[in-house]
Amino acid sequence: MSIQVENLVHIYDKGMPSEQLALDNVSFEAEDGQLVGIIGHTGSGKSTLLQHLNGLLRPHSGKVIVGGVDITQPGVPMVQIRKKIGLVFQYPEYQLFEETVAKDVAFGPKNLGLSEEEIAERVREAIELVGLDYEEVAERSPFDLSGGQKRRVAIAGVVAMRPEVLILDEPTAGLDPKAHQDVLKMVQEVHERTGNITILVSHNMADIARLCDKVVVIDSGKLVAVGTPYEVFSQKDQLREVGLELPPVTQFTETLREKGIELDSTILDVDTAVSQIAKYLKKEK
Amino acid sequence: MIRDITLGQYFPGESAIHRLDPRVKIIATLLFIIELFIVDNFIGFAIAAVYLGAVIAVSRVPLSFIVRGLKPVIIILLFTFALNIFMVDGQIIWQWKFLHITVEGVRLAVFMAIRIILLLIGSSMLTLCTRPLSLTDGIERLLSPFKKIGLPAHEIAMMMTIALRFIPTLLEETDKIMKAQQARGADFESGGLIQKAKALIPILVPLFVSAFRIAMDLAMAMESRCYRGGEHRTRMHEMKLKGMDWAAIAFLVVFLAMIIIESRIF
Amino acid sequence: MDNIIKIENLTFEYLRDEDQMNLKAIEDVSLEIERGSFTAIIGKNGSGKSTLAKNLNGLLLPTEGVVYVGGFDTRDDKHIWDVRQTAGMVFQNPDNQLVSAIVEDDVAFGPENLGIDPAEIRRRVDKALEDVNMGKYKKKAPHLLSGGQKQRVAIAGVVAMKPQCIIFDEPTAMLDPRGRDEIMAIIDELHEEGITVILITHFMEEAVRADRVIIMHEGKILMDGTPAEVYAQEELLRSANLTIPLMVEVAAKLRQQGIDVPQGIITEEKMVEFICQYK
Repeated sequence: MSIQVENLVHIYDKGMPSEQLALDNVSFEAEDGQLVGIIGHTGSGKSTLLQHLNGLLRPHSGKVIVGGVDITQPGVPMVQIRKKIGLVFQYPEYQLFEETVAKDVAFGPKNLGLSEEEIAERVREAIELVGLDYEEVAERSPFDLSGGQKRRVAIAGVVAMRPEVLILDEPTAGLDPKAHQDVLKMVQEVHERTGNITILVSHNMADIARLCDKVVVIDSGKLVAVGTPYEVFSQKDQLREVGLELPPVTQFTETLREKGIELDSTILDVDTAVSQIAKYLKKEK
Repeated sequence: MIRDITLGQYFPGESAIHRLDPRVKIIATLLFIIELFIVDNFIGFAIAAVYLGAVIAVSRVPLSFIVRGLKPVIIILLFTFALNIFMVDGQIIWQWKFLHITVEGVRLAVFMAIRIILLLIGSSMLTLCTRPLSLTDGIERLLSPFKKIGLPAHEIAMMMTIALRFIPTLLEETDKIMKAQQARGADFESGGLIQKAKALIPILVPLFVSAFRIAMDLAMAMESRCYRGGEHRTRMHEMKLKGMDWAAIAFLVVFLAMIIIESRIF
Repeated sequence: MDNIIKIENLTFEYLRDEDQMNLKAIEDVSLEIERGSFTAIIGKNGSGKSTLAKNLNGLLLPTEGVVYVGGFDTRDDKHIWDVRQTAGMVFQNPDNQLVSAIVEDDVAFGPENLGIDPAEIRRRVDKALEDVNMGKYKKKAPHLLSGGQKQRVAIAGVVAMKPQCIIFDEPTAMLDPRGRDEIMAIIDELHEEGITVILITHFMEEAVRADRVIIMHEGKILMDGTPAEVYAQEELLRSANLTIPLMVEVAAKLRQQGIDVPQGIITEEKMVEFICQYK
């Protein structure tokens, strides 16, 4: 399984005075087992891109090929697209509506037209996959859960559709540090268990650097950079130009390098940074 | 379709009509509507049309924009026209089986059509030329004398203000929820009426939850900003009748006089 | 010392259904906030920090104990509006705290409630919007603004009431990094102008700029001191499920490697200075 985005162009309000080029010739690809990060400012075209991947928006031109099928073609049935691609929106807990957690998680699989047994099995699996205790939460109202738990239930609702590509738009927005870490850990676990493609949108550069195999940078609807975290965060000038930050630890080591301290360029994790600084300090003393 | 409805919309501008005191505009509109129902001959309607035409000309709202607002009500217009033309008894001028058209029917149908068109254009001029918030302010001031008999004038206006503020927010929220449920495979288009109604539940429940959350947050924010109802409250935009407003009132009086004189003579 | 806020043995319980125990959100907290200071209150969700904030503004009233704001007891009905005018409050959700469909009318809402003269309201509204760099957006509708801009309007709405103290209840939690920076810059400015700032947050990095950091945990004060003092106690922070600021982590790890990093280095600036001195 792979996903290829080819020369995607999207124009809002075409032909109107408010016409706006939202996506300008965006291309990238991802393969099975990859965790892809997308970064860019609010309003950079990220959300527009995500909605194309899921068939909620149709492009002006360009293709989105998932497992060999171009899902932008008019003939492709929606159910087919939803089976392939799962999209978790920002603050997904606000879309919960059923009386019980199990029923809510079952909503997606039901829409796929699966059998009762299959649905029940998937619901149980998805709830456990997002780190909740099925026996404990299944029959409870989703509205009685804590913020972090609600969010897990919402994510389970999409995971239960067993998409081949799972897209998460800022899954940690508004959470406290503990819940933030927990949700990321959960995303990582789901990613590893399914072995599929996971696409993660985040403003947190440290998370992107730590978790992703591949990073896609978007600004004003254009692709600015794409590559491994090391490759992308090495392009400091381009990032600065579009006003995006480096991961804090990278920013710190780059500042030291500018002051003439000998360190590797583009250090992405704290331990490497610390051991190199320690080595330098011991030598200088 | 929804985009075509100009009724209730605001058309930004700086014309003399836009700058009039909202109270003057509300009263003028009310008087205009009452008069349309008093008038029962063509000369009276002609005077009303000239008056309205003058208002439109001064407001600089394009006529095409106003006419577009009539589109959604064409069906209602045709329906009342047909109803009047066929249902009124009198001197028969055309007959086919049980259907007949009378002189009185034609007269009434044409009157009603003119009346409805003038009424719609007249009332939409109020909203087209008045910022929604000035409108609520104006309503509050006009209703305030009725506070003594227990009418919650300030509360009504406050509710309208908040509704105006949160309509776009709730529309945005609805759009988000719809997209999220669609991503979970929800289908809002196909199926019969019952199925379509059922498909709304996944939108309506989260929307209500959001609306309640917003209401709670807002209530708290308002309280922390010392909101305690209409008492002791002052307003940044003071309402004082200016020269222009007095001129408009004079104009209104002349119009009123003409209609009354006209109805006496004919 | 002149204290603008004084909390004596505050306990706060949320009332729940009959069959459940009342939820104790704050337990026997005593605290004083000095006029003109910048205090950050940190804690994870459910630590009681937001409940504490709402008690400072009279939105919630103590179950036990007393809260004095500007000398007024928050339980005193006669002075509740004085309490709220002394200590203004900015909330988390930028959308849900704006009342009016036009920016300047929203900013005027507070002063109007205080019964201030129209000409004076006009002056205050213009000044407050300039203070938060939103002068250009006076006539705009809030729903057309970005999250950071909406939050700036909300701050202007409080500033226009001329409070002596502003309580920010997680003002950046729902914003992107750009919006977050904008809001933190404005908070710094307000503090410099002499306003007492109380910042409720769960971002440790935001608290670095405060004079004083209070860590709340399970309804109680776990730590109270300068940022340097508080951040030095790594273990305790971890036990309260809080993240450690990057420079505190770097310093701790350098110490493990045998480098003698002095206590009190908690900002990048200081750390760079420390490392470069051996050049």
